[in-house]
Amino acid sequence: MHTGLLASLAAFITGLIESLLGHGFAAQLIMVLLEIIAIFAVISLAVIIQVYMERRICGFIQDRLGPNRVGPFGLLQTVADMIKLMSKEDIVPEKANRLLWGMTPMLLFIPAALVYAVFPFDEGAIFADIGIGVFFVMAIMSQGVLMFLIGGYASEDKYSFMGAMRAVAQMLSSEIPIAFSILAVVMVTGSLRMSDIVSAQTNVWFVCVQPLAFIIFIIAMLMETNRTPFDLVEGEAEIIAGPFTEYSGMRWALFFLAEYANLLAAAILTVTLFLGGWQGPFLPGIIWFIIKVLIVIFIFMWIRWTFPRTRIDQMMALSWKVLLPLALFNIMATGIGIYIYKWIY
Amino acid sequence: MNNDLNPALFYFLAAVMLLSALAIVYCRNLVYSALFMVVCFLSIAGLYAMISADFLAAVQIMVYAGTIVILIVLCIMITRRTTMERTNMPEKKYILRASVLAGLLFFLLAYIFVNSEVLPTTNNIIALSGDTVSGLADLLLGHYMLAFEIAAVLLLAAMIGAVVLAKGADEK
Repeated sequence: MHTGLLASLAAFITGLIESLLGHGFAAQLIMVLLEIIAIFAVISLAVIIQVYMERRICGFIQDRLGPNRVGPFGLLQTVADMIKLMSKEDIVPEKANRLLWGMTPMLLFIPAALVYAVFPFDEGAIFADIGIGVFFVMAIMSQGVLMFLIGGYASEDKYSFMGAMRAVAQMLSSEIPIAFSILAVVMVTGSLRMSDIVSAQTNVWFVCVQPLAFIIFIIAMLMETNRTPFDLVEGEAEIIAGPFTEYSGMRWALFFLAEYANLLAAAILTVTLFLGGWQGPFLPGIIWFIIKVLIVIFIFMWIRWTFPRTRIDQMMALSWKVLLPLALFNIMATGIGIYIYKWIY
Repeated sequence: MNNDLNPALFYFLAAVMLLSALAIVYCRNLVYSALFMVVCFLSIAGLYAMISADFLAAVQIMVYAGTIVILIVLCIMITRRTTMERTNMPEKKYILRASVLAGLLFFLLAYIFVNSEVLPTTNNIIALSGDTVSGLADLLLGHYMLAFEIAAVLLLAAMIGAVVLAKGADEK
């Protein structure tokens, strides 16, 4: 079987470990640990890159420089920020529910990291190519909102509480358009498995087959990841910082980390479902994958720094009165289209 | 996924499930109860995953752990906005009725599981169609089509009813 660069590398490391330890439980354990470390390394590296990208792109769009002092082109600014965050005082609000309040930032990272298990990074490079791939991503992504709610509730503070309420409303109304736009893709593929969805796009990307679903998916994903124009959960001008108002230092950094892990997951999901995944001519799959993901992240950032923030009622109306009917119409049109296609061929 | 259950994992998940179920009842703070409900639902999802029902496990996580718990917490917060201590107090009045009902339900379920011929025989979906998703799709949209559609219409009616009730009557 032809395998990509990343899968060959994984096979090489597996072979190396097995030659040292034999085909035993120990070798398997070490491979699983390595895989987990790899996921965390990818997420942390991606967060550093994305924070830098965000600030530079923001600076470019707003006609200013952005961070350019620490290291060449300001590349080490994020590292400096991390050190600063670690050295900050840990402020715990007096009235907060200590147990829930302290647990939230840590738990928030679990769903954000878990979805990476089913993302195909390259040909054959997927940690768990399970039969329910996309559905698993949806199920895990929907867990994130619980942490926002609990964090906002446990802070015992009106702005956090309002932010938590908004988080629930926003994520519930974004998940349904996402699910229905993904459903159209699944209908065309006939499988929920991530590798099947990628290999179905060998000839034509689904963004050409399902343009409406693509647009709905992008808009709903902006809502799901709390990014402007839909960053109502942490709308600074209205509710300070929403659920994370009372968090500071490293606890706040964990929220930040999960936010950018979610952004990367959204970009990877977009690339996998609509832009052909790792597939592309000449270059190895992983290079194409990284290029596409960076382009999608750039588009997300472009949108963030170009559009003003919507109001919460505008967001809800957009989701329930525009995106949902359009997504339902798209499913019906896709069904008729598939029927006609089968009738012709 | 191998079919032989790992006993250690099974007993661990079952213990977590039962303990969190007890915690749901005995916690005096409704928010804690709701949170233990998530733990309970997630361990049920783990049990489903162990018997190769991966689709059902994902549904369990998405529908129950994901949505219902959020709604529960929302209800709590909207109805009682003072301190959440002592919001889940035992109701002595209904203990007898509740225990009779729970006992009946327990014996009914025990009867069904002991006499397994009562259950439908098409339970080995993987043997039928290769994987759980297409197997479930074949059964739900083929053999059990009518029941599936009736359930869908019923849920739609319930949803419309809830919207009408929440909107309030038009007093004119």
